[in-house]
Amino acid sequence: MGLDFSILPEYSDYFLTGTLWTLALTALSMFFSISGGILFAVLQLNRHAIIRWPTSFIAWLFMGTPLLLQLFLVYFGLVQIGIDLNAFVAGVIALSLHFAVYNSDIIRSAIVAVDSGQVEAARSLGLSNFQALRKIIVPQAVANVTPALGNMMIALLKESALVSVIGVMELTLSAQRAISDSFRPFEFYIAAAAIYYIINLGLEQAVHFAERRTARYR
Amino acid sequence: MSENLIEIRGLKKNFGDLAVLKGIDMNIRKGQIVALIGASGSGKSTLLRTINQLEEATAGEIWFDGQLVNQDLPHRAREKHLNQLRREIGMVFQHFNLFPHLTAIENVTLAPTMLKLQNKSDALTSGKALLDKVGLADRIDHYPSQLSGGQKQRVAIARSLAMSPQVMLFDEVTSALDPELVGEVNRVMKQLAQEHMTMIIVTHDLRFAEDVSDHVVFLADGLVVEEGPPAQIFADPKHELTQSFLKQVF
Ligand SMILES: Nc1ncnc2c1ncn2[C@@H]1O[C@H](COP(=O)(O)OP(=O)(O)O)[C@@H](O)[C@H]1O
Ligand SMILES: [Mg+2]
Repeated sequence: MGLDFSILPEYSDYFLTGTLWTLALTALSMFFSISGGILFAVLQLNRHAIIRWPTSFIAWLFMGTPLLLQLFLVYFGLVQIGIDLNAFVAGVIALSLHFAVYNSDIIRSAIVAVDSGQVEAARSLGLSNFQALRKIIVPQAVANVTPALGNMMIALLKESALVSVIGVMELTLSAQRAISDSFRPFEFYIAAAAIYYIINLGLEQAVHFAERRTARYR
Repeated sequence: MSENLIEIRGLKKNFGDLAVLKGIDMNIRKGQIVALIGASGSGKSTLLRTINQLEEATAGEIWFDGQLVNQDLPHRAREKHLNQLRREIGMVFQHFNLFPHLTAIENVTLAPTMLKLQNKSDALTSGKALLDKVGLADRIDHYPSQLSGGQKQRVAIARSLAMSPQVMLFDEVTSALDPELVGEVNRVMKQLAQEHMTMIIVTHDLRFAEDVSDHVVFLADGLVVEEGPPAQIFADPKHELTQSFLKQVF
């Protein structure tokens, strides 16, 4: 049986739905994993060990275990204690938490890398620690982390395929459904890969754009 | 005699085992221009930095405008107290410490707007006026990376002035500059002096100290060794440490 890509248009609905779900999954998880990453980073820099320890523990937990397991835990595990999430929400939560932890690590080092004279200047003007953090440190740290964070978000896009296992009709699962209908795995996996690749290109463009914007002041 | 704006009593500061300030007493009157001189490592920066509590004092008292600066307060109350005081105490650093991600005007307007002393448009108007005052009217939208050292330092001065502080602390603000850029920064300080801004100026530029100040304090090894009017300190130093320091530097 030779390759025949002409079959693809027939299944364009699958790809459309799949792409939309993947985009939604990735965009939401990106948003929450970056916000969460900032929050985690700030908490881990807190003066009080009582605040640092729980966040360190969560970080250790999420870095030390497979994403797939975390996904199962959120989706199947939480039902047992009465939290019945739909698969999409569970996917967003697992991806967000998992990547928030990695992002927080990147962000924290970037915060620490900002010159201490910056805080001193801000504090000497009467800004509180939190105000200095928000207006002076975080913006500079974000500029420092843009490349690393961009790579992380590209990884997130690819890892979002994992959420297919709990039945979210994202790109990978859509391709599988199309395959079980058409018995043409090669064409459909190639097509799905191409779509991931295109989204990736878009993400890379966004990262370059962000880098150019922050490079303005360098 | 006008009243004291700052009074320092028996101020000591240790870093671990290292005693850096060993009992400083000092008064600064409103409108006074104090030049703080002394060898590198004598504790000049530390003294300035304890005044606005970038460094905590180990012992002694710092009074500012009738308030005890280094009060023993619970963390939150202390932070609030210090934030309030620091608005009144401007500080300019050797390495500028401008916010690199903000333009000159944003550097200047950030604190007054954030601390709600001014609304955005008022802050913009007075920020522009301040940058104009330091000779940078044509640089307001430049980022620090696009400015020369002298220009950066003048933005930093404008940024401090934007809080309308009662005193300005200058910590070797021309030391990191190329020699040809020193004059433009000194001129700004000189102008502030003529407007009777209270200032403490740490400097190695003794000619400038003599020219700008009305009181000179010589610090050696964490102690005030000698103080007096510039004419006396520079022409007729009494203490032998002062004499040998001046001989080395001039
Ligand atoms: N944060 C610090 N930790 C430890 N030692 C310090 C610190 N800051 C200053 N010192 C020490 O205190 C002494 C005085 O420093 P400083 O006040 O900067 O002197 P100056 O400004 O007169 O050159 C120096 O020996 C310096 O090494
Ligand atoms: Mg110094």
